Amino acid sequence: MQEFEFEIVMGLEIHSELATKSKIFCGCTTEFGGEQNTHVCPVCLGLPGVLPVLNRQVVEYAMTAGLALNCTIAEFSKFDRKNYFYPDLPKAYQTSQYDLPIAEKGWVDITTSQGTKRIGITRVHMEEDAGKLVHGGGTLAGAGYSLADYNRTAVPLIEIVSEPDIRSVEEAIAYMEHVKAILEYTGVSDCKMEQGSLRCDANISLRPWGQKEFGVRSELKNMNSFKTLQKALEYEIERQAEILRDGGVVVQETRMWDDAKGVTISLRSKEEAHDYRYFPEPDLVPIIISREWVDRVRAALPELPEARHERLVAAYGLPSYDAGIITDSKAMADYFDAACRHYGIEPSPIADDDGYRQADQQGKDRAKQISNYMMGELTRLVKEDGKGFEDCPISPENLVGLLQLLEAGTISSKIAKTVFETMYATGKEAKVIVEEKGLVQISDEGAIAKIVAEIVDKNPNVVADYKAGKEKAVGFFVGQIMKATKGKANPGVVNQLLKAELDRR
Amino acid sequence: MSLTKAEVEHVAMLARLALTDDEVAMYTTQLNAILDYAQRLEALDTSAVAPTAHVFPLHNVFRDDVVRPSMEQAKIVANAPEEEDGFFRVPRIV
Repeated sequence: MQEFEFEIVMGLEIHSELATKSKIFCGCTTEFGGEQNTHVCPVCLGLPGVLPVLNRQVVEYAMTAGLALNCTIAEFSKFDRKNYFYPDLPKAYQTSQYDLPIAEKGWVDITTSQGTKRIGITRVHMEEDAGKLVHGGGTLAGAGYSLADYNRTAVPLIEIVSEPDIRSVEEAIAYMEHVKAILEYTGVSDCKMEQGSLRCDANISLRPWGQKEFGVRSELKNMNSFKTLQKALEYEIERQAEILRDGGVVVQETRMWDDAKGVTISLRSKEEAHDYRYFPEPDLVPIIISREWVDRVRAALPELPEARHERLVAAYGLPSYDAGIITDSKAMADYFDAACRHYGIEPSPIADDDGYRQADQQGKDRAKQISNYMMGELTRLVKEDGKGFEDCPISPENLVGLLQLLEAGTISSKIAKTVFETMYATGKEAKVIVEEKGLVQISDEGAIAKIVAEIVDKNPNVVADYKAGKEKAVGFFVGQIMKATKGKANPGVVNQLLKAELDRR
Repeated sequence: MSLTKAEVEHVAMLARLALTDDEVAMYTTQLNAILDYAQRLEALDTSAVAPTAHVFPLHNVFRDDVVRPSMEQAKIVANAPEEEDGFFRVPRIV
């Protein structure tokens, strides 16, 4: 945002459903969907007399996420009740963590067009998800009643709270993407935003440049896609800026993005909000985490996005930008590594001074080819289909098959594009498609020379143009030759033979 | 420590209790009596006592991440004040 007259101050609260099989305090499945109220039992419904018991895996995942976000894991942690009335919350309180969260004081480094920046993580805590309301009569406001489905109730969540370190919409998106990547890499969450597995709230305020105190903030609720996040933040920033420009005062309140209208709307003001009367959950005993337990979870952490980014740059010579895009998604990074393996790109057995095992130049060139195809055509096709790289119809092995045909000169790069599209549509191997459609590149000099001579014979006036110094004439001939060979002629051979033929005239 | 009438009204609002003026006055008196009694604890020297998070001397009570059958839908909604097609029918919100 250039020359914006206010400084933007934002913090995000990211909610992520954990990848456990069962709910946080009972054995009901966490599976998405299902017929209404069939993944429910007296414990998650909060019926009188039941006793919740904490799922150990929830603690393990929360610790994993905390450590991956560079947090300190608490030695002593407990649950509290957050009290409020809402029909998606059958107990009338949410079991959450208040003053003693499982992890605190972490950070992540994000990369934007402005460079790298550190965003602080205030805390990570465990809690339970709420149920789902279906509104009779269509719209929320027009409904006469609501229908409650508690299948999602008590699916385990972690909430990741950032410091108010975010200064632009671009930073907010980059932060969300980075946290998503970390959660995916660690396997803590499937991060399926369309299923609500990952969503966020934002605290936003503006202040005049140079002012130390924060402005009055609004809290934007429940943004569950990157597109929504961007649109909602941009709208809210402009809304507040307009109020301040007119000399008005921003009201502290909770607002919600209305996607259909493209505006944020007020849900409740400060007077009613945030009076949750937290108190310690008497049904759950405290959690004490030993040093050994923390060390065990830390040792099991996989390679994280930053480390992988550095490895792709060092080992394969990828530009940092390319490596950043590839490693932002675990599925994409896994695809890249698998393709490199299939291509036989072997990092040197001996590490360089920085401890990286580099591939040789041929390996780096091949890796760059893989990355180009992934970031260009493949990303375009996958995105058009609304898919991820994990569901890509072209396997890493088959992509390498195509690149090998290109490298061997069996097909031209132009033909490769066609083959690629067919591979994506059919899932077939490149070799099979090339054989079926007779797309093998013609490199036979005799055959090409014959076609070159024919075409040059047919166009004496263009030959005259060439003799008169018009370089464009060459382009015309190449086009005609490619047309005659359906794009299969080896361009290098064509250029060479054409030049010789023209010079002979 | 003394609870004001306004505080009692606020807590009643949060708890969705509709109190008459007489009831607010009565509960203000009663709640203050309870708080006064609890305040006797402040006479104790607790400087050497760690804050208590739970009354039982237990910690780390966990279950394994194993799925067990849920309750059948008909039983789940059997006690619902209003039910529709396996959903709990609740008053309109917002």
